[in-house]
Amino acid sequence: MRKSRIITTAIVLSVLLAACGGDSQEKPESIVLLTHDSFALSEGVLEQFELDTGVAVQVLRAGDAGTMVSQAILTKDSPVADVMYGVDNTFLSRALSAGIFLPYEAAGSDMLVPGLAVDEHVTPIDFGDVCLNYDKAALAAANLAVPTGLSDLVDEPYRGQLVVENPATSSPGLAFLLATIAAFPDGSAYSWRDFWADLRDNDVLVARDWDTAYWSEFAGGGSGTRSLVVSYASSPPAGVIFSDPPPEVAPTGVVPAGCFRQIEYAGVLTGTEAEPWARQLIDFMLTKTFQEDMPLNMFVFPARADAALPDAFVEHTEIPAAPASLAPEIIDADRERWIEEWTEIMRS
Amino acid sequence: MTGRNNRWLPVALTAVPVVFFGYFFVYPLVTVLVTGFTTTGASISVGDVLTRPSLRGIAWFTLWQAVASTVLTVALALPGAYVLGRYDFRGKSLVKAAVTVPFIMPTVVVAGAFLTLLGPDGPLGIDLRRTIWSILIAHVFFNYAVVVRTVSAAWERLDPSLRAAAASLGADRWRTFRHVTLPLIRPAVASAASIVFLFSFTSFGVVLILGDLVHSTIEVEIWRQATNLLNLPAAAALAVIQLVGITAVLWFYARYQARQAVQSHVASVRTSAVRPVSRRQRTIVAANLAAMAVLLGAPLLTIVVRSLSTDAGWGLGNFSALRRPTNALFVPVASAVGNSLRIGLLAMTLALVVGMLASWAIIRARSRFGHSLDVLIMLPLGTSAVTLGFGFLLALDWPIDLRTSFWLLPIAHALIAVPFVIRTTLPVLRSIEPRLREAAAVLGATPRRVWQEVDLPIVRRALLVGGAFALAVSMGEFGATSFIARPDVPTLPIAVYRLLTRPGAATFGQAMAASTVLMVVTAAAILIVERWRGATAQEF
Repeated sequence: MRKSRIITTAIVLSVLLAACGGDSQEKPESIVLLTHDSFALSEGVLEQFELDTGVAVQVLRAGDAGTMVSQAILTKDSPVADVMYGVDNTFLSRALSAGIFLPYEAAGSDMLVPGLAVDEHVTPIDFGDVCLNYDKAALAAANLAVPTGLSDLVDEPYRGQLVVENPATSSPGLAFLLATIAAFPDGSAYSWRDFWADLRDNDVLVARDWDTAYWSEFAGGGSGTRSLVVSYASSPPAGVIFSDPPPEVAPTGVVPAGCFRQIEYAGVLTGTEAEPWARQLIDFMLTKTFQEDMPLNMFVFPARADAALPDAFVEHTEIPAAPASLAPEIIDADRERWIEEWTEIMRS
Repeated sequence: MTGRNNRWLPVALTAVPVVFFGYFFVYPLVTVLVTGFTTTGASISVGDVLTRPSLRGIAWFTLWQAVASTVLTVALALPGAYVLGRYDFRGKSLVKAAVTVPFIMPTVVVAGAFLTLLGPDGPLGIDLRRTIWSILIAHVFFNYAVVVRTVSAAWERLDPSLRAAAASLGADRWRTFRHVTLPLIRPAVASAASIVFLFSFTSFGVVLILGDLVHSTIEVEIWRQATNLLNLPAAAALAVIQLVGITAVLWFYARYQARQAVQSHVASVRTSAVRPVSRRQRTIVAANLAAMAVLLGAPLLTIVVRSLSTDAGWGLGNFSALRRPTNALFVPVASAVGNSLRIGLLAMTLALVVGMLASWAIIRARSRFGHSLDVLIMLPLGTSAVTLGFGFLLALDWPIDLRTSFWLLPIAHALIAVPFVIRTTLPVLRSIEPRLREAAAVLGATPRRVWQEVDLPIVRRALLVGGAFALAVSMGEFGATSFIARPDVPTLPIAVYRLLTRPGAATFGQAMAASTVLMVVTAAAILIVERWRGATAQEF
């Protein structure tokens, strides 16, 4: 009698504990953060999380953002990590519809820059604007003014000045295509198709990826000749910081119009056995410790509105006032069709 | 007791490569294809992707550029193989190591150099950028070493008395080459050509960076569907198409190789290379070395020059920056060198053991099983890096979770390196007269003794070439590595890549400096591996 009572109590207790979720779970030694190859932090930042919680963070790298999302979808039933960071708004919709994230609202979500949060499953961590960059010397040598917007690019004086990345193979390339689609929407008198046909006739150069465009074709990268490139709003400060010795004035600048905002999100992965600590890691990513360390390591802007920016970011760039963005589900539905059409236009 | 050993030992030894390739290749491959096909959520159906008119163009381009690259590489590299196989000269081992360096260079870095060299301001003075020529030239650059090293190793082993006999029978140089030398080196040429073909067929970075908008390979399409468009069923379908094509080519190749094997007198010859004495011979050697210097040296030199150029003028500033744990790299480059060497040596050891056992199983086995094993082991070279990387991730959580283990990197590299060991050793093993083994056995030698006394001395040189390649494959590998979810163990190519994805003149210089370090470390590692031959030669 007594024995069976104990068993019943034990069963009830364990069911209750299981229902409470994480609280019953044993504290793990470490949790795993799945991220892309561009992930970087100063030494000691992730160690702070370990000091705070007693749980270490193992970083697992999985190629670029698209590769990482594919991997997370494929391993949904047997995940390799507890938290994923780095899925951006161009891939978010696919990740959400595959159901790889558990819902969570992070502590600190009330401090976010407006417009970044889109779904209850993921927390925005940072954003970066894909913008046209110009090389000051090359523009001056060609006697050109800084373009004021996308429409200038198809004008004769800018013939042969621009290098873009292929949207089929490059993430900033896709972001720039999306910026043009947002600026010249389908169905308008002058659509993005007309714009690209004009750009093609104005001798735009398409490079495979950001490395090739920036280092081999853009004058600001050293060995190229073109004065305009599709890059990031953070490229000029990065260029200054990573020059030896750093120049007083940035040799490149940002055109603050015709930008597209890429937002990076983090979420708790379905199937984690350490949900409470996974949640704490997301909270940690929104702390000032983490947020203020990101800009100089990953060259992105913190999602937290009250995070302080490094001096170089304040001095050498500006956050575009009205960057374009498109809903993740629209991007997901039409991306492939847009890329196919774009390729057809550029071929002919 | 011995009888039982004799029966079971071969089975056990054959099982090693079969299990290795079964577990680390076939099982992940099947798993990823099945999962790929059954994943839902793509906005465009498999049927739509496969019936696109552009896909036929992509398949055709993949095939013809691979054939053209192979023919061009063999044609340009054969004279080099002749010089390194026939002649002995001071600094030859250095030349051999240097020739192997392009093979391991990261595509992004070399492609950058090619964009400069083949541009309107380059030494050629014509703009070949974004043309098929730049793709073909880059394929020759990367694969030249495969042909030169494989074929020159075969050339060195040729019995000089055969040529002398032909000459004394009145054959001129050309006839001697056609009827004596060529049949004997043909298996090695075919071996090398098959590898060049596979590399070109699955070419990725070169086609992406140096190609134009129109031309693409199946490999690029698989990558695009799987990682940019997240259309996993379409990626799986394309991977099947690629696999079927590769398997068909390899099957014909394996049958051709088995039929072509020529037994010859090689047992007693360590090297038949001679010093160039006549003026004609010296000219041939010098001309070939000059050609190699231009073809292989120019892009490498471009990289070295860039590594020495800093904002403050010429100097070693980029190199000394690598020693600091800067923000741009996050690890001092010395630790990346250590990681690369550690993984490289592990991968080489794995590849040598598995490759040697596989070669032995292939020649011993009945023809059909032998061909199948031969084809199976070559397949990883022709499988897209995405497919392999995703397959690892899906399959290798059973029976133990290897998916995020450090060992995955050496294992993945060994999968790609084993074919090199096989392709260099198999032609040699096939050329050993069975009578030699039979004679040894009749005289009472155990199979192990036969292997030690007959096969090993003959095959050792080829084995070392294979080992050097395995090391090089691992040190330069980037493709498969980047599709494996991996713990933070940055290798040199990954360090280079990380530096290249940041703006700033200093990071670009540091990326070039890290590439230069990669060149030097790899060349040194290869030199040491090949020196090792001298040390062990006396043991047997």
